[in-house]
Amino acid sequence: MTATVAEPPAFARIAGAQPSQEDLHDFLYGEARLLDEGRYDEWLALFTPDAHYWMPLDWGQTDPRLVTSLLYEDMFMLRLRVERLRGARTFSQKPKSRCHHVLSRPFVDLMDHEANLYRTVTPMHYVETRLDDQFLLAVTARHDLTVAEGALRIRLKRVDIVNCDAAFGNIQLLP
Amino acid sequence: MTAATITRRYTGNPAGVAALIRPAEVHRDVYTDPEIFELEMRHLFANTWVWVGHDSQCPRPGDYITTQIGSQPVLMVRHSDGQIHVLHNRCPHKGTKIAIDAAGNTGKFFRCPYHAWSFRTDGCLLAIPLRKGYEGTGLEGSEAAQGLKPVGAVHNYRGFVFARLAPRGIGFEDYFGAALSSLDNMVDRSPEGRLEVAGPPLRYLHRCNWKMLVENQTDTCHPMVAHESSAGTAVRIWESMEKPPGMPKPMAMEVIAPFASPYEFFETMGIRVWPNGHGHTGVHRSIHSDYSAVPGYWEAMVAAHGEDRARAILGENRHNTVYFPNCMIKGPIQLLRLFKPLAADRTLVESWIFRLVGAPDMLLERTAMYNRLINAPTSMVGHDDLEMYERAQEGLMSDGLQWVNVQRLLSEDEAEDVEAVENGTTERQMRNQFAAWRKFMLMSMEQGQ
Repeated sequence: MTATVAEPPAFARIAGAQPSQEDLHDFLYGEARLLDEGRYDEWLALFTPDAHYWMPLDWGQTDPRLVTSLLYEDMFMLRLRVERLRGARTFSQKPKSRCHHVLSRPFVDLMDHEANLYRTVTPMHYVETRLDDQFLLAVTARHDLTVAEGALRIRLKRVDIVNCDAAFGNIQLLP
Repeated sequence: MTAATITRRYTGNPAGVAALIRPAEVHRDVYTDPEIFELEMRHLFANTWVWVGHDSQCPRPGDYITTQIGSQPVLMVRHSDGQIHVLHNRCPHKGTKIAIDAAGNTGKFFRCPYHAWSFRTDGCLLAIPLRKGYEGTGLEGSEAAQGLKPVGAVHNYRGFVFARLAPRGIGFEDYFGAALSSLDNMVDRSPEGRLEVAGPPLRYLHRCNWKMLVENQTDTCHPMVAHESSAGTAVRIWESMEKPPGMPKPMAMEVIAPFASPYEFFETMGIRVWPNGHGHTGVHRSIHSDYSAVPGYWEAMVAAHGEDRARAILGENRHNTVYFPNCMIKGPIQLLRLFKPLAADRTLVESWIFRLVGAPDMLLERTAMYNRLINAPTSMVGHDDLEMYERAQEGLMSDGLQWVNVQRLLSEDEAEDVEAVENGTTERQMRNQFAAWRKFMLMSMEQGQ
């Protein structure tokens, strides 16, 4: 809503004028670590103000708007999600969930310096746990990244769950 | 544990089942007991009219979907003459399910993948390979020769297909009566009087009894408590944000903020109960009343219906309408939830959305947003609801207390099975559902079936 861009974590900074493949890899691993460690304010600072986090419901879904998705959240909704996780009366997070990401080597599908657009595709295993329950999601995360003020930022993070059409219980944290 | 070692307390014991429902409380066995669950599948889900699907899921002949009515696997299919049929999804030969994908087109006939028996799309047996092997065996007198068995009765009401498993019982109109006004309002919101399913449903697994979800649809004393963490936080963030004066609320805020409304809002919104367990919240207004107008929609409605009729349709903002036993619709945002019972402590919730044919896309955009913000396994609102159901399912295992209380705003002379309008925080609709539960459970138990 407000256009203020918060200071991003060090791993998001790029060394040269344009990001290298290593910069992109460092960014993706750094992002996953922030989620695993619950460092959500730093995580929110990785996004551009007009960014979205999208988790489709249907396999190969192309439209986030006119059919249901699991998530299609702008920065207002992501901030709400983060604030809620911290809330004193967030009963489904008493006790809290924890999560764990295992990334395989990200593909860099697009390196377009002119358009300032970098697209990566990262297969990963996501584990979430609470109380005695633990579940595994096999997902593919696609990031559309851009450079702003010397750091990489996320414009769109799309997370496709391999069994997106299965019935799930609560998925409370974020792959 | 084998079946032989289970003490059968309720089978063949209608008086025992009836005693589980008191005017102000219900026994915990209705939520926890596997035998009660079995009896619900055999009696309640056979005697009532259950939502199967929407006919826009099967637009062409041969289109089918697979689903369940209670525990019964069924197919809904459109026959060559345009009629919708609902058939047991079970080959009459060896029992193989005829189709297992959520939806598809079977062409002119179904063909069992095991032995290639084939059936017309109205269920009739079409052909058996090597048929001469049955000559002189009397096959034509067998159940198998009858083809795919139809359910007891099917009714397509303005695109919404309901079925009754039992071959005899209450008729569709008698069962729903005035409660159909909520479905009418939802369909009338289309300038063409027609809805279409938009995409696949959310599928959310709940480790709790299905009735907890149905009760929650008219539980107006939980949002400000259980959803404070999501809706209350949304309101606080919005109010603390720096923004230009008069900036309109984003669509997501319009959807989520009303969940934080105070008790007074819910008290004055009203609850209406109808016979046979149906009822709705939001008689006078609801959490859906204050959405922003969508450009072009009013004009399309006036062109289709005239100004007075358009105003009457859009002035009705019912919140949740429960179609007993396991369906809920939200007319103002064209959403339907089906609570599919899997076991005494397991329920699959499907949340479907619909396009208003002839209306601007922005309405469907809001509906899709509502569905993911409120009904998804990833929903901040859904998380806290599920947490409460699962805690209740576990808490009910305590032997310290045996009864669940449904007493709020109970009056001494409260009549069962009638239409009435009450204060919006009453638990009368929950009592209404349990009265219907007893009625449709006992309907066939007392006949010794």
